[in-house]
This record gives sequence, structure tokens and C-alpha cells, in this order.
Amino acid sequence: MSAPLLQVSDLRISYGSGSHRREVVHGVSFEVHPGEVVAVVGESGSGKSTTAHAVVGLLPASGAVDGGSVRLEGEELVGLPERAWRSVRGARIGLVPQDPTLSLNPVKRVGEQVAEALVVHGLARGAAARAQAVELLTAAGLPDAGVRARQYPAELSGGMRQRVLIAVGLAAGPRLLVADEPTSALDVTVQRQVLDHLEHLRRESGTAVLFITHDLAVAADRASRVVVMSQGRVVETGSARQVLTAPRHPYTASLVASAPSLSSARVTALPRAAASAVPAPAAPAAPVGRAAAGAGEPLVQVRSLVKEFALPGRGRTQRAVDGVSFSIGRGETLGLVGESGSGKTTTARLVLGLERPTSGQVLVEGRDTAGLRGRAWRELRRRMQLVYQNPYASLDPRVAVGETVAEPLRAFGVGDRASRRRRAAELLEKVQLPADVLERRPAELSGGQRQRVAIARALALDPELVVCDEPVSALDVSVQARILELLVQLQADQGLSYLFISHDLAVVRQISDRVGVMRHGELVELAPTAEVFTRPRHPYTVELLEAIPGRRALEEVP
Amino acid sequence: MSSALAGYLARRVGQAVLVLWAAFTVTFAILYLLPSDPVAVMLGGGQGEQVDVDPAQLAALRAEHGLDDPLPVQYAAALWRTLHLDLGTSISNGAPVTRLIADALPQTALLAAAAFALALVLGVATALASTWARWGWVRSLLLALPPLGVSLPTFWVGLLLIQLLSFRVPVFPALGNEGAASLVLPAVTLAVPVSASIAQVLARGLRTALAEPYVETARAKGASRARVHLRHALRNATIPALTIAGVIVGNLLAGAVVVETVFSRVGIGRLTVSAVNGQDIPLVQGLVLLAAAVFVATNLVVDLLYPVVDPRIRLLGGARASARRTARATARPVVGSTS
Repeated sequence: MSAPLLQVSDLRISYGSGSHRREVVHGVSFEVHPGEVVAVVGESGSGKSTTAHAVVGLLPASGAVDGGSVRLEGEELVGLPERAWRSVRGARIGLVPQDPTLSLNPVKRVGEQVAEALVVHGLARGAAARAQAVELLTAAGLPDAGVRARQYPAELSGGMRQRVLIAVGLAAGPRLLVADEPTSALDVTVQRQVLDHLEHLRRESGTAVLFITHDLAVAADRASRVVVMSQGRVVETGSARQVLTAPRHPYTASLVASAPSLSSARVTALPRAAASAVPAPAAPAAPVGRAAAGAGEPLVQVRSLVKEFALPGRGRTQRAVDGVSFSIGRGETLGLVGESGSGKTTTARLVLGLERPTSGQVLVEGRDTAGLRGRAWRELRRRMQLVYQNPYASLDPRVAVGETVAEPLRAFGVGDRASRRRRAAELLEKVQLPADVLERRPAELSGGQRQRVAIARALALDPELVVCDEPVSALDVSVQARILELLVQLQADQGLSYLFISHDLAVVRQISDRVGVMRHGELVELAPTAEVFTRPRHPYTVELLEAIPGRRALEEVP
Repeated sequence: MSSALAGYLARRVGQAVLVLWAAFTVTFAILYLLPSDPVAVMLGGGQGEQVDVDPAQLAALRAEHGLDDPLPVQYAAALWRTLHLDLGTSISNGAPVTRLIADALPQTALLAAAAFALALVLGVATALASTWARWGWVRSLLLALPPLGVSLPTFWVGLLLIQLLSFRVPVFPALGNEGAASLVLPAVTLAVPVSASIAQVLARGLRTALAEPYVETARAKGASRARVHLRHALRNATIPALTIAGVIVGNLLAGAVVVETVFSRVGIGRLTVSAVNGQDIPLVQGLVLLAAAVFVATNLVVDLLYPVVDPRIRLLGGARASARRTARATARPVVGSTS
């Protein structure tokens, strides 16, 4: 085998200073050979991003390499003075950063930003650099690159910006490209296009790629070798296929098991003896919590719902929701998938009555909710609750968890202080949190624990419908899986109905009875889950399905 | 020009006109409500003393100045005259207000321009140096300078400079308006708090900009520190700094009052002091209008500069205006202690 292009050995990195100094990367070693794609996979806090930043010499000011070495073509990079680093960055190691919205300078034209990578290394200047930038943008797959080059980042979509960043990373012809979660902020179909294109560029230029990602399926699809990191250590290294199909380390195995896109298995609830203790209004512990969809009158019916928003300028409007109709049965989970801007969140807000529809109806148990006021309206509020996407923002940071959970009870004047407290404790137990969480503040909890608190709060008033808006997308996969299990368990225990919104088809598949696919405000497909996945009817659904990562590594021989 | 940009500009100009009108109306109302009687002041020789005069003479004077008309008529007449740049005559010396202002304005404009140029250089240099410095203690020292600069009383700085550079080492004249040398000490005195405001806001903007991901992208390209600072961070940091332009002009005007008094210079500041002391109402009103016009013009220029500096405003029209207003609101308390 050829000499490694990049050799990281026993790398140790710590953050902070003095007594607050804490090592976060504990002796990491791996290699990248010329032209090879190596993926570093791990959950948040695994040290993968820190390692990547050390490779390009861009650790934050509080971070420092304590030991080990990073060699590029045999040359030691650790301890290189800043001036020497400048000729390495861009020219020999390119970086594709994580966030396409913030990683481009908002006040400079994108062409200029690509050209800069050439200018700083003296490869081109002036008009020649600008012309070359247009070529690079074309190569990165940006349509109409000549026009786009003169535009500002704000005028480009997320996918286009990521292509610009890829052009920046590859501009000076580096032999190694470090891609730090390059597509995590993008929709799946865009992610797929961008990654396909990156792969194409890589094949042409022979650039090696160090690919940092939280998504094992994406890693397996795109890399020949996968390095799995956990808590600052490498736990497993192997070929993509081996790591995916025959993981050696238990952590990798759990990661594979949790990755939604790698399994089609539906999350099921365990039949619990305790379930009978909870009064379930409509669906008394049906086998694994599945009430037959459509049996009896649906809980919620939505009829040709339309919502228009005014745009700046005279009389212009945008249709966020365009003639959407569906129903949610008792004890049923309806999954709603779509990419950003497809109108799924607006639909949820309409169902909850947080927005008034421009036209169309929302019926709860056959009654139109539009005319409801006062007491009836509040009663409706009680029956439908919401769990938000971001568990870091949806909990008041200054209020103890117990109070947060009891807040809906207080708002509806249920019980007295003591009984509300008992109820809060009960709810926390139901979402499988220890009792001492009651006194703690959100900042002391992990993301998964916070989302459990948010779920407990949503359950406080015994609602019948819980709308979950991307409830797991901010969480690591292993945590994601636990939260989905909890949701299913709660449904089995209490006969809840869910409207489950997600951009991630794979997650929706794990939990839904039926799936609706939204695009540009329209519901283009609505069918039982198995049918959507095995016999999709709408071409857009087919496109979405094909974009789910993790298929290639399992189906093709790399 | 896009329609979004045209709309943005039209809104800004319209708002500027509205502010000027409001400034006029408010000064009119306040001066009308003041307890002092302008005619009595006029007869008292502009010293504000009450003297016994013939009531008939008083009434005649009132009529001459239109002070016995009903309020709306007085207001309409005043507004009409102001629109024709007729600000009336000074009560204390009978000269037209416009001429008094026109005589004093060039001196103050010169002083303010010199002070502003100096402050800009000092402020930008301090801000850049504070984020540029590699040593932590140098950075902390430089960051401590702006709060110190805004806290120093202007008159004290002026007196100190006179003491050191006029009396002890006679390099510059202590008083007067004669020649360029006489401008140095007043300009430096006036520049100190203004440069501190600029440095404070710009340094904060630079620190914010340097922590943004696009700076990492620039560094990953192999860009030098100089390039990252000057080509990437500075332009982004200028956007919040622009919002305090109005405050800076306010500092300059307020500072001019003190500086012109300390250095016995002719100018708008001195004129204001004597107008207020002498209860010279038409002159005060003229000066207030002038100040309002300067503020409005400054903010209009800033609003027109935003689309040049920040392409997002060019693209989205006023969509970002609200974000900017928040930035302005947060920028203000920082420098609020200046005047």
C-alpha cells in the first residue's frame, strides 16, 4: 500500500486552561491514503470535529494539541508556526465547513470568495482568478455559475452555498479535503446531490477526503473506510461494509442498531403490566399499541386546508399549505414528511389552532374548530399538545423541571400545589426520568432528557393528540431511538394519537401507521407506511426514498 | 435599482422629513409652554430681567411678532416661515437667526470635521489593535481604553491640554479661532470621547465577526491574519458601528458646546450657550432645528450607506431594517454615557 497521505497518531487535544483544562481527544490514530475517502463517525462530544479541526490547525483559542502527531505527506503539522500553516491550509488541505449559511462571508460576492483561495496562494489574481472561480463553481455543480459568482450568499439556497464551499475547499487543488458534516444542514435530496457531486469531483481530481459525520449511514455510503469515535477515542476502524454489517465493538453495534436509515424495523412497545393502571380513554392497550387506523370516527379531520402568508410587496402571497386533507384516527400515528419549506410545520400549527387557515376546515371529533371560543376553545387546547423540535430552546432555562412539567396544570387550574407536584413526579416517571430531575434546571440535563421533560409537559393534561414537530432531529441517533421507543410506549399505555412531523423518512417509517408526503404545500402522497416504502406512487416520494443514505453500502460491493 | 431598494430609499427619505417636522413642532410647543415671556425678555435687553414697561408698548411688540394671534395661526405662520428658511430675528441683538447661524457654523463644522477625522483614525486603530494583538494583556489594556475615554470629562481634558501644551510648553495657542494651530487642541479634546465610542462599538463588532464561521472558512483557505481582519471581519464589523453614527454626531455637537467654551472659540456651541442664557427664543429654536437637521441628515446618510455596505439590505429591502433597529438599540447604552 502507498505511504499514507495523512497520518494521525496518538493525538491528544484538550480545552480550557489551568485547573479547568480537560482532555477531550485521548490518543486518536488513523490514516488517510492518497485518493481515499475515510469517514470519522461519532455522536456529539465524540471529539470528531475537534480532531478534524486539529488536522487543519484551526482549533479554537482555548484548545491545544497536548501530544501525538499529525503528519501530512510525512511532514509534521503539530507545532507548525502560523505562517507555515498558511501555506498548508487551502493549498494542501482544503476544508468544507459544516454550516453553509454562516460559513460564507455575507458581504462578499461568492465568486470573490472562491477566487480568494487562489489569490492567497498566488495561483491567480484579478480577472484570471475571477474566471477560474467561475470554472470552479461550474465544476462544483453550481448552475449558471457566471451569474451566481456575482451574487451574495443570501441570494443562494443552502445547497448552492454548500457547492460554493466545496469550490472554495477544492480551489487551490489540495491533496486532502476535510469535510466537516458538509451536508448535515441540508435536505436529504439536496444532501444526496451534493455528496454525489463531491464524489465525482474527488474521482476526477484524486483528492483524498476526510469526512466527518454523525450519520453512520452517510459515512458507510460515501467512505471506503470508517473510523468510529466515542468519547474522544477511536473504538473501531474498518471497511464501510464490515463496520455496518459486522461491527466488532459494542458501541458501533449500538450505533448501527440505532441508525434509523439502516433498519426498517418499526419501533414497538413492550406490553406492560402497569399499563392497566393508566385510564386509557379510547384505545385500551391494543396489541403493541396499534389501533386499527380508520376504525370509528377519526379524532382529527383536516379538509382542504389552505394557508397563505403575505409576502413583502403589494398583495403578493405565498401558499404555505395548499389544499391538504387527511385524518388522524384514535391511537394512530400519522407521519408527515417533507423537506424544509414544504409546509409541514404550518400544517401542524393549523391543526393545533395556532394559525387560522385561509380556507378549509379542521374538525375534532367531527366538530369544526373554527368557531370555537372561550371555554370550548380552551378545552380543545387541553386535548391537543405539542412537542417541539429543539429541546434546548423549548424549556425555560430559569425554571426547575418540576415547575415546567406542572405548568399546563397551573394554567388550567388543575389541583393544588401539592397535587400538581405529585402529578409532575408521576409524569417524570412515565417518561422514565429519575425523580431528582424534578428539582433540576434544563441546563443540567442532556438533550435526550430535556426532550423527555418536554414530552412529560405535553402529557400533563392527558391530551388525546400530541403533535411532535421534529422531536428527535436535534438528538444523537442512540438518543433518538430511545425517545422513539418512549413515544411508542406512551401511545400503547394511553391510547394517544400522534401527528409526527419529520424531514427524515427513515424516522417516520419507524413510528408511523400512515405516512403523508408533503411538497410545496401539497400533500402528494398519503398511504399506509409499508405501502409508501414498498410501492411509492408519487415520483417525489421515490426521489426521497432513494436519497435515504445507507443503501449503497449494504447493496453494492464497494 | 431593484424595487426593494427603491422602496427602502423612499421610506428612509419620508421618515427623515417626518422627523424634521416633528422636531419643529416639539420645539414650537415647548417654547410656547415655557413660562418666560419673549417680549419681556426682549425689553429686558436679553438679560432675562423683568423690567417695568408700558403695557401699550408691550402689546404693540406682541402684535409685531404675531404673539397675540391664536395658537394655530402662530404655528402655521412659524412653519411657513421656517419652510422658507426664515427663522426670525434674534431677540438679544436683532440680527437674523439664519445669519448668526451661518456665521458660526463654518467654525464648528471645521472643528467637528477635524475631531471626527482624528477620532475615526484613533478609534479604528484602537479597535483593530485590540483584536489583532496576540498577547492577552495587550488586548485587555486596549479594550480598557474606550471606557476610560468616554468617562473623561471633556472640559477636564481640554483644560489639561491647555495646561500642558499651551502654558507649560507653549506649542499651541490656548484660545481663539486664529489659524490651524488653534484648531489642534480643541479637535483633540473633542476627538477623545468620540474615538472611544467608535473603538468600543467597532471592537465589539470585530470580536463578533472574528468568531463567525466564515472567518474559519477564510483561514482554511490560507488567508493571513491581516487579510482575515481587514477583508473579512472589518467590513462586517462596520455594519453595527454605522448604527452609532447618529450618536457620534450628537457627541460632536454636545462636545462642541463644552470645547468652544473652554477654548473661547466662536461657533455653534458658544452661540447655543449665549442663546440659552439670554432666553433668545428664536435663536434657540433655530439652533434646535439645526441640530435636528444634522441628526436627520446623518441618519439618512447612514441609511443610504447600509445598502452599500451590506448587500443583504440591497436584496431584501427593509426586511433587515428591524434587525438593524435592534442593533441600534443595543449599541446605544454602550456609548450612552458619552454626552
